[in-house]
Amino acid sequence: MIYLTRKAEFSASHYYHNPLFSAQENARLFGKCNNPNGHGHNYLLEVTVKGDADPGTGMVLDLKQLKEVLNREVLEVLDHRFLNHEVAAFASRIPTTENIAVEIWRMLEGKLPAGRLHRIRLYETHDLFVDYYGEQG
Amino acid sequence: MSSIAHLTRRYYFSASHRLHNEALGEEENRRVYGKCNNPFGHGHNYALEVTVGGAVDPATGMVVNLADLDRVVGEEILERFDHANLNACRESFASRVPTSENLCQEIFRLLDDRWGREPALGNARLERVRIEETSANAFEYGPRSDN
Repeated sequence: MIYLTRKAEFSASHYYHNPLFSAQENARLFGKCNNPNGHGHNYLLEVTVKGDADPGTGMVLDLKQLKEVLNREVLEVLDHRFLNHEVAAFASRIPTTENIAVEIWRMLEGKLPAGRLHRIRLYETHDLFVDYYGEQG
Repeated sequence: MSSIAHLTRRYYFSASHRLHNEALGEEENRRVYGKCNNPFGHGHNYALEVTVGGAVDPATGMVVNLADLDRVVGEEILERFDHANLNACRESFASRVPTSENLCQEIFRLLDDRWGREPALGNARLERVRIEETSANAFEYGPRSDN
């Protein structure tokens, strides 16, 4: 089994707020991230695909196709967006790094031309990242 | 749906140490540890990665609140080891050489002991500790890590 990882970057803004909680509780839980005007990050995404190298091509999957899928399914949806207001998945879920990683998995699941999705690693900053291995992980 | 996510946070501390085993002779210590056996010690800028895993809380979208994780790691690890001589941290290294292998396991133990006394950490599970001693050397300890 080969594990292949492709990186991609996107920039987006967000804020953390749960409408079921009071203003005080939101401020206590989320601190600076609760500012409703939002703030932004340069996210670094690593998508890891697993599979066997095709004997004919020597590849797990065509990197060009993977890049196109990433662009179409993920980057065009998330890049330069205010996640809370512009991405439907985050209308009812807080766009934390955890939830964005889970959502990116859903965006890509079943869309790969070959191989199987293994891991989504999403860096919010150099010092914070989340790994998600799907519902089984 | 389970939605188990694994969150890793990086921290930094600087400390000195000397690799020396009292049970070995001077010559043997020099042979085993080389420059690291210099009696006056030497230092590193350590990067520490702490990985916690758990279900994403639907109310907060989080595995763990970073403010709580930062507080626990700050109090247990950074206050203890930052700008310290590890050999002088007797509670941790009275009978063990402060290699990064041992430091990794000690940091895991210290955090694991604290975990039970921290209801704020909720269902998040301590999974892995990783230390970069330099940009070329990294050490991981995660006895419960699945991935």
